[in-house]
Amino acid sequence: MNNLEYYKERFDRLKSAKTVDRFADIRQNAFNDFSKTGIPTSKNEEWKYTRIGNIFNKEYRSLIPDVVSAAAEEALSSVRLPGYEQANELVFVNGFFNQPLSTIRSSDLVILSLEEAAVADEYREFVKKNLGHSHHYLKDGINALNTAFMQGGLFIHVKKGYAVEHPVYIYNISDAGAGNIFCQPRSLMHVAENSQLQMAETYVTIGGSDSFTNQVMEVVIEKDAVVEYYKIQNDAANASLVSTTHFRQTGKSYIHTVTISLNGGIVRNNLNIIMESERSEAHLYGLYFHGGTSHIDNHTIVDNVKPNCFSNELYKGILNEDSTGVFNGKIYVRQDAQKTNAYQSNKNILLSDNASVNTKPQLEIFADDVKCSHGCTVGQLDEEAMFYLQSRGISESTARSLLVRAFAEDILEHIKLDPIHKYIEKLIVKRLKKGTT
Amino acid sequence: MMLTFVAMKTETAQPPHNNGIKAELSSIESAVLTDYKYGFVTDIEADSAPKGLNEDIVRFISAKKNEPEWMLEWRLKAYRHWLKMEEPKWANIKYPPINYQDIIYYSAPKQKINPKNLDEIDPELRRTFEKLGISLDEQKRLSGVAVDAVIDSVSIGTSFKEQLAELGIIFCSMSEAVQEHPELIKKYLSSVVPITDNYFAALNSAVFSDGSFCYIPKGVRCPMELSTYFRINAENTGQFERTLIVAEEGSYVSYLEGCTAPMRDENQLHAAVVELITMDNAEIKYSTVQNWYPGDKEGKGGIYNFVTKRGICKGYNSKISWTQVETGSSITWKYPSVILKGDNSVGEFYSVAVTNNHQQADTGTKMQHLGKNTKSRIVSKGISAGVSNNSYRGLVHVGKNARNARNFSQCDSLLLGDRCGAHTFPYIEVKNKSAIVEHEATTSKIGEDQIFYCNQRGIDTETAVALIVNGFAKEVMNQLPMEFAVEAQKLLAISLEGSVG
Amino acid sequence: MLKIQNLHANVEGKQILKGINLEIKAGEVHAIMGPNGSGKSTLASVLAGRKEYEVTEGTVEFLGRDLLDLDPEERAGEGLFLAFQYPVEIPGLSTTNFIKTAVNEIRKYRGQESLDAVAFLKMMKEKMALMNIDQSLLSRPLNEGFSGGEKKRNEIFQMAMLQPKLAILDETDSGLDIDAIRIVANGVNKLHTKENAVLVVTHYQRLLDYIIPDFVHVLYNGRIVKSGTKELALELEEKGYDFIKNEIDVEEQV
Repeated sequence: MNNLEYYKERFDRLKSAKTVDRFADIRQNAFNDFSKTGIPTSKNEEWKYTRIGNIFNKEYRSLIPDVVSAAAEEALSSVRLPGYEQANELVFVNGFFNQPLSTIRSSDLVILSLEEAAVADEYREFVKKNLGHSHHYLKDGINALNTAFMQGGLFIHVKKGYAVEHPVYIYNISDAGAGNIFCQPRSLMHVAENSQLQMAETYVTIGGSDSFTNQVMEVVIEKDAVVEYYKIQNDAANASLVSTTHFRQTGKSYIHTVTISLNGGIVRNNLNIIMESERSEAHLYGLYFHGGTSHIDNHTIVDNVKPNCFSNELYKGILNEDSTGVFNGKIYVRQDAQKTNAYQSNKNILLSDNASVNTKPQLEIFADDVKCSHGCTVGQLDEEAMFYLQSRGISESTARSLLVRAFAEDILEHIKLDPIHKYIEKLIVKRLKKGTT
Repeated sequence: MMLTFVAMKTETAQPPHNNGIKAELSSIESAVLTDYKYGFVTDIEADSAPKGLNEDIVRFISAKKNEPEWMLEWRLKAYRHWLKMEEPKWANIKYPPINYQDIIYYSAPKQKINPKNLDEIDPELRRTFEKLGISLDEQKRLSGVAVDAVIDSVSIGTSFKEQLAELGIIFCSMSEAVQEHPELIKKYLSSVVPITDNYFAALNSAVFSDGSFCYIPKGVRCPMELSTYFRINAENTGQFERTLIVAEEGSYVSYLEGCTAPMRDENQLHAAVVELITMDNAEIKYSTVQNWYPGDKEGKGGIYNFVTKRGICKGYNSKISWTQVETGSSITWKYPSVILKGDNSVGEFYSVAVTNNHQQADTGTKMQHLGKNTKSRIVSKGISAGVSNNSYRGLVHVGKNARNARNFSQCDSLLLGDRCGAHTFPYIEVKNKSAIVEHEATTSKIGEDQIFYCNQRGIDTETAVALIVNGFAKEVMNQLPMEFAVEAQKLLAISLEGSVG
Repeated sequence: MLKIQNLHANVEGKQILKGINLEIKAGEVHAIMGPNGSGKSTLASVLAGRKEYEVTEGTVEFLGRDLLDLDPEERAGEGLFLAFQYPVEIPGLSTTNFIKTAVNEIRKYRGQESLDAVAFLKMMKEKMALMNIDQSLLSRPLNEGFSGGEKKRNEIFQMAMLQPKLAILDETDSGLDIDAIRIVANGVNKLHTKENAVLVVTHYQRLLDYIIPDFVHVLYNGRIVKSGTKELALELEEKGYDFIKNEIDVEEQV
């Protein structure tokens, strides 16, 4: 299915199946874009180190998923994130938002399908203006592919002044029990003025065949809102993922993201933060700790459009066995964005002979009164520290675990949602017990 | 270019450093020049090929040079490959399409072929070089730097040949090398930059008309700086020179390169290839002060500078060090690289790139770590002013077998004015767990408090900017041989004139 | 030498100096004291020509010229020197190179030939001996990584090299221990002659134990509210600034 004909046929089928399509135009434009660019190859600068051609060489059950599997319900109970008893839970199954499996606890949270929102008086304009905004930043065919086949999407409105007593958990379940599955979850979120939101998201594949998830979530954050977002990836080796999260700070606001990636097949994260309002603040943290033959790619964009914004980014990677890591961080400072402070750092440790890492921090600056820096390192565990621990009677493997744990701590400490923090710590400890050499 | 060739008789031939205050200070005292100083045109009769490029032109050039058949074949192979290639588009530069059929690929000053000695050089040409501050008269000079001068496409004369020959050093024009040392040329030419390497390298291979060749035999430390001076003179001409330096086991050479061109409204193309090879324990230090005409304040004219420079540390414990000061050209596309093949070999890249007005530079380096215990160091200082764009693009690659590779990169950008851009694109690829790679980059502007402090001490703003910029670039400037350092400092100041306040 | 009349100055629209009058003659040492925020450093900055400060009223005459009409570097050329409270760092620029540039720029301003390297080195050696300053300090990048004491000594060394007619020392004692103050003060005293003048701006009296002022002025709320001899400094030290504040505030209320 690596050829455009295949998608053309699927696309036509989708179009004819829809008698009324609120998104006909955007869908068609996206498909045209996709037709032009196709599946990105390593010649595309943004995909230089991540080859996804093979993912598209497989046969998938359907691009237009049929009925929701009963196994999904069972799956949900096994992947629920700690603290779910108090959380609003939003569930996607095979890329479709699933209302019956979801639980809404907060009345200030409006949950609609994208189609409903597109015709609702109070949301119509918003959807029109913001749905597909990530396209301006991600011009590869992958982003367009999601838009072209957008179905079962979710609209979330966080009401003005919402103070989160219940966090929002989002689950993406892929059922690969009856053959390979290709899912394309889509959501659009509006965080209104002066609200506070904590959000965590995770992914799970059930069944023994392969899954590929191509997800796009777009979030608009208004004045004085505070958003925390935790992305947790610990899916199986048969699960590949392109996960795009696109934040627009349209009002002076605060965003705090932590991306934790521990396992998967080929995993690509696109995290965009568009700072469109003065004095906005963004924190981006990431930890990737991979082994096996998995491939983890974190692409981030921080676009300083307006003056006086602050951003700080720290991504740390630990790569073991035959895994490969990729980091690409872009900081743009537009001509108007004077007094920007933007920092970016990427640190990597290679634990095995066959692990490798490619990192590309990037600054593009068009304003002069700015303070920007980036740095990246690739290295090993500090031998001096290893020796020090061993000289105190600690075994080599324990010493190694301790140091890896310490390396990861810089990121873990930024997970402010307590049950999630504890959960990730547990996962890391478990991973370390499996051995890091 | 006022190259004051200072005496440098050094038995050990250690690269000199300019930490004497004398050198530093003269740049600040230097007269303030408002325009490109080297923009004159010399009226010399030239022997040119017709405009355009085809196999006949390649044959014409080869015939003009009296080349052997194998050389012609080599060129034709490159040309045919070039036809199949596409111009690279990935760099952060914008320019209208180049019409490759509108360029003259060969232009030689009409003069007696092969001057037996430097006295036979056309007096008009000699005056050109005197205007540039380069004397080809050996006896008039105090001592020190052996010069190969290339005007438009042809080497005009190489000085100090005999003295160098006594040590077994070959320093001559590339045309001469093809005739006199075919075995060396066959062995090494395109061994580092294959003719198929990239679009501009293929073009160069097809049409290059001259350049310098330098061969340092085993165990010889070259007692003087070797230098090539390039100048584009004729109109509508491209310059395609080729430089090849081979340093045999245990040898050392320091090589300098300078370039200027007249002011013309049309853009002119310069596509050079430089190849360096070091054997066991050998070292090549290659310094460039690039001051091609940058175009006028509105961005009209200027040189398109598309250059492929690459060295290979073939031998154990060998070293290649690139230093460049890039102030000229309307477009610079250049990535002097080192392939660290020999165990324990060392690669260095020190760069200052200044862009002002409408200039665009996309420059950096590649350090390919292949051998064990290889080390590389990158120091890049970009200075942008006006409405220019200045990009650092660098690759550090650590191969699977490159145990204990070390790299440190520092890329700093300084912005003068709020309409210019500074960009950093580092690529770091590590496939060996014992590697330690560190990259740091910062972007800043000149502080108003720094300028006020200088003002308070009686220093005007323009001079203050020059001082601060030179300070910013110092780590790189220190790598230049002294006579170039002085020149380079002046160039920085001149390039940035009128960019602040 | 320096005549300030009714000087008013703003910074970012806020009025800091509200009518300063002061005259300094050749050979004199003046001290300006005052509590934090009284405008001491503003006065120093305005005299040196820092552009964030806007003069809204008044005149300053320096050696017969209108000082306010001159650019900062021209003021330096005329012989005005400011020892900065926070000397600025310029990475990569050696202190020697900086000073040589300054010396020759000022010479150029005065229509004098610039010093060649030999003459400059000779002068520098003399002043180094006089100021007791070490060569190693001068070969380092300007102020970069200097300790507080080193920075201030470097300021005074520059003063020695530039031989100003009027030196303004802006809080030169701040952040220095007593030994460092003594060294700096000795330097200033060695440079003081009948032909030049010194204006010491300080919060504390302790620097004035070493640089003995002929006149002491107290600056408060943008104006000189009291002038006297060095005894005034001692009185301030003993009673603190509050006594002046109270006196003035009471007067103003009346």
